[in-house]
Amino acid sequence: MNWDKDAIFKALGDSTRRLILDELFERNEQTLYELTVRLISKHNLSITRQAIAKHLSVLESAGLVKSKRKGKYRVVIFNNEPLKNLLKGWIE
Amino acid sequence: MKIIVTSLFVQDQDKALEFYSEKLGFVKKHDVPMGKFRWITLVSPDDQDGTELLLEPNEHPAAKEYQKKISAEGIPATMFGVADIHKEYERLMEKGVKFTMEPTKMGEVTIAVFDDTCGNLIQIIQK
Repeated sequence: MNWDKDAIFKALGDSTRRLILDELFERNEQTLYELTVRLISKHNLSITRQAIAKHLSVLESAGLVKSKRKGKYRVVIFNNEPLKNLLKGWIE
Repeated sequence: MKIIVTSLFVQDQDKALEFYSEKLGFVKKHDVPMGKFRWITLVSPDDQDGTELLLEPNEHPAAKEYQKKISAEGIPATMFGVADIHKEYERLMEKGVKFTMEPTKMGEVTIAVFDDTCGNLIQIIQK
């Protein structure tokens, strides 16, 4: 699949979004609440749930996160597929 | 002024009473018929004169909507304190309680979140 490189780099250009990916890498399939609590209490970020939801939609449009319903809940999942081969051509 | 009762919307009062007493171990304090529903409150076995938990029917459409939307995002409806969260986690898992968040250290506290099967997520916290 061809990923939109501009969207990926734009998504990765923000430190909060990279932190979100770090957290999801550590534990995949988190609810928005869990992710929020982790960002606020582990990393001392002063951020609202709405702001996190916006960051997630940027990550989602770059294909880096997906969300799915798990029973009654919606969980956020890290998808590293778009990152594979991203720098191919430059580093070979 | 002090907090004597705190309420929680539930889909089914009988089911909720069973979950909160048999799984969680709270003690029933009041169970009074009130029209179509009942006034049911529970207390902690360790503090029977303490704050009561009221199991409030989620009859109103807004209550149903509220419950559904916050739980979909994993947001707990309320929070209970425990002395040893890992022990409590094991005990509840053995009773078949489903967790959406396993015990996680968050700064000074450790929290976990489980499903009360009555429409809510409940957070437990060890300070």
